[in-house]
Amino acid sequence: MIPIVINNLKKSYGAVQAVKGVSFEVEVGEVFGLIGPDGAGKTTIIRTLVSLLDPDEGEIIFMGKNVIGNTKFVRSNIGYMPQRFSLYRDLTVEENLRFFGDLFKVSTDVQDKLMKKLYAFSKLAPFKNRRAEALSGGMKQKLALSCMLMHQPKVIVLDEPTFGVDPVSRSEFWDILKSLAHEGTSVLVSTAYMDEAELCDKIALMFQGNFLALDKPDKLLQSYEFPLYLIETDQVHTAYNKLYKLEEFSDCNLFGNGLHVSDKNNYGEAGIKGILDKKQVEYKSVHRIEADLEDIFLKLIKDGSETSGREQR
Amino acid sequence: MTNSGYTVHVENLTRMFGTFKAVDNVSFQVKPGEIFGFLGANGAGKTTTIRMLCGLLLPTSGKAIVAGYDVYKDTEAIKRHIGYMAQRFSLYEDLTVRENIEFYGGVYGLNRKQIKTKTAELLDYLKLWEHADKLTASLPLGWKQRMALSTALLHNPDLIFLDEPTSGVDPESRRNFWMLIYELSEQGKTIFVTTHFMDEAEYCHRLSIMRDGKIVELDKPQSLKQKYKADTMQDVFMKVVQKVEA
Amino acid sequence: MNQILLSIIKKEFWHILRDPQTLVIILLMPILMLFLFGYAITLEMKDITTVIIDHSKTPHSRQFIEKIRSTDFFNITGFNIPESQIEDIFFRRQARCVLVIPSDFASDLQTEMRTKIQLIIDASDPNAANFINNYFAQLSMRYNNENNPRLAMPFSVEPRIFYNPDLKSDYFFVPGLIAVLILLISALLTSIAIVREKEIGTMEQILVSPVHPVQIIIGKVIPYTILGFIDSILILLVGHFWFGVPVIGSIVFLLFALVIYILTGLSFGLMISTITDSQQMAMMAALLSTILPTIMLSGFIFPIKSMPLIFQYVSKIVPATHFLEIIRGIMLKGNTLLDLKVQLGYLFGLAGLLILVSVRKFSTKLE
Repeated sequence: MIPIVINNLKKSYGAVQAVKGVSFEVEVGEVFGLIGPDGAGKTTIIRTLVSLLDPDEGEIIFMGKNVIGNTKFVRSNIGYMPQRFSLYRDLTVEENLRFFGDLFKVSTDVQDKLMKKLYAFSKLAPFKNRRAEALSGGMKQKLALSCMLMHQPKVIVLDEPTFGVDPVSRSEFWDILKSLAHEGTSVLVSTAYMDEAELCDKIALMFQGNFLALDKPDKLLQSYEFPLYLIETDQVHTAYNKLYKLEEFSDCNLFGNGLHVSDKNNYGEAGIKGILDKKQVEYKSVHRIEADLEDIFLKLIKDGSETSGREQR
Repeated sequence: MTNSGYTVHVENLTRMFGTFKAVDNVSFQVKPGEIFGFLGANGAGKTTTIRMLCGLLLPTSGKAIVAGYDVYKDTEAIKRHIGYMAQRFSLYEDLTVRENIEFYGGVYGLNRKQIKTKTAELLDYLKLWEHADKLTASLPLGWKQRMALSTALLHNPDLIFLDEPTSGVDPESRRNFWMLIYELSEQGKTIFVTTHFMDEAEYCHRLSIMRDGKIVELDKPQSLKQKYKADTMQDVFMKVVQKVEA
Repeated sequence: MNQILLSIIKKEFWHILRDPQTLVIILLMPILMLFLFGYAITLEMKDITTVIIDHSKTPHSRQFIEKIRSTDFFNITGFNIPESQIEDIFFRRQARCVLVIPSDFASDLQTEMRTKIQLIIDASDPNAANFINNYFAQLSMRYNNENNPRLAMPFSVEPRIFYNPDLKSDYFFVPGLIAVLILLISALLTSIAIVREKEIGTMEQILVSPVHPVQIIIGKVIPYTILGFIDSILILLVGHFWFGVPVIGSIVFLLFALVIYILTGLSFGLMISTITDSQQMAMMAALLSTILPTIMLSGFIFPIKSMPLIFQYVSKIVPATHFLEIIRGIMLKGNTLLDLKVQLGYLFGLAGLLILVSVRKFSTKLE
């Protein structure tokens, strides 16, 4: 049985269409990522799944049951970690864990066993008597995750769990998620960080309530149709202004290390250098690179706005 | 006013909270027109440092000259010469775009005529004429961030502090935002920026990485990547932090 | 005028106008409370349900009953029930007192010094019972004097009551309520004003700009003074036209005194807001520290002179104590500025002191 099946989900707030008809499935032991900026509709999807919001249209099947009408079943079998830190700040790490265990009627023996395991991978044992408010951002998130795991849910749903957390703590957090999935837990997670997208088994790139793409990350990476080149330069800004309107390149985007341009006419490295010289763009080097997810996302956003622009005309 | 040729000149800056050293003997200089990145794990001391430089927090010891003014004595002068964009969107959501600009213009002591021309200038620049009289709350996040940046620029400051300016913004809007920052840098303004997006850190001219209140690396992104034999800043960051840990 | 200050004032007005729900609450709540309290708190009693058992059945007893019936204090709801049912009537709250006129009422009235009648009162509300007893005693004494030829009064006291000749409790309570409501509203308005900006994060942006605390504080006081003033005028209008409380003294002077009093409330709220960190805390602090002392210790309900000595001193600090003297003085007695200069001076000084404390307490640092 597929744990999560969502069909043509739509949800509006007043005149704003937050989610415009999306469908996807999350399989057993899979990490599924909803990737997109704020306002893309990630939180809305997650809230309808955990039965905090009713969808306007569409169907959400959780472990074979329709979410609507089975609120109690959903909530007792799903682990949900909301975006905002939602633990009791004035309780200690251990008290928080115990409380969530009691809430789901987990016996004390089982709680003891679970806590041992949770402390092992969260490395929170040395802090078990510390109040939650005194933990660092990364530790708070790990505590929230641990609390959610106290009732051993088969499916966990996390809304931007690593928001505002530094890269080191983020990578620790993802290690935990991956090992949970390895043990057979299904994970639905949302994030705005592209580097986290590549850690998922399957991702949906979200923008303005739509899925721009839905696939495995490596499949998506292969989908980039033209050769991609990196132009390294000290004058990224000037270079960008000279190049972004050119017909020669279908995409031209600013990156930290320089510009990424897509070579739709197959000029090759030498051809591109020629164009740069002609346009009097200073550069240090030009070389072929593989597209990353950010390139894909930018291309999809651009394609999307061009199509919708054409439709309007 | 002292002039050392640097926009920010910090020597042995320290800040204690009780017995906890939030910032521990930090020294660095930032040149005019430079985009200076300020990285570090949560609680490493970034925000504390920035707040001291903005005159929101007094240092415990050490020296800091910001835009030519001493953070101990001339906090009022510093405030007139810096722009600050807080991590949380801190314009008034229940005011319109135009009203926010007018308000901050007034706060920085511009007269009525100056406010009028500045407002028009900014609305042009942000391409927000259509939305000038809409409530700020109704704007998409990417626009709000650009608006916050522009209001921080109203009084034409020499130095701009950006505290995680692009959190949660879509990739396209983030690039638009960075284009603005490059333009400012070319105009000679100094940009001081913190971020958790490591790909974004590479946009900076120079980067410093803080850990436990100390600056443990300070160099160009390229040099750091070479030094740590890493492809991305993400790897550099992990290695820097782990090296210190070991 | 100072450009920065002007900007802050303007911005504060935008906030007020952008939130029409809160504005309506601010304007309507005091009036609603005035109506609620105005009708709920009253010392006058009316329509006391009364049952009369007349064993005398003479022209005299009927005349006495007519006297009772003609007041609007008693409302006669039953006649000549069997005496065995009296307790039952109280039990079922059908009457609050029962009057039993004995059969020898008429003859006693003509021949004896004392005429006995029996009044049985439900004293589950002792204050009311006492009131009924006194009222009835007065009424029967007058009747006795008029109709008993053997009584010749050596002297009689004829009281003349100044300023509130009908002893209407509205006259007493409406000014008191104005004092409570205005202080409450103005303290609430400003207590939230600064804390809200701390909470939503906009204060941080203001702090990094070259704004002086005085500008922030004055910029917040002025718009709310105007709002509080509009509120007070609404309350006064309702007090005057609906509850019929007169304004004998100068209206201009009354409005001037109101502004001073509003300032006191606003500056008190400001002080709360500079020392609290959440809107909730600020609101609770404003509510508790204005309502309780104003109602309990200002002489609004309980006379100051009958309080324990220590509370009498405390009441001197409570701004409402002084404002009550001012507002009652102007509205009921027609006092002038000179008569009330001490009280006004106190309020003015208190407002100034509180603003000074707020400015000092208001930190331009984030700690």
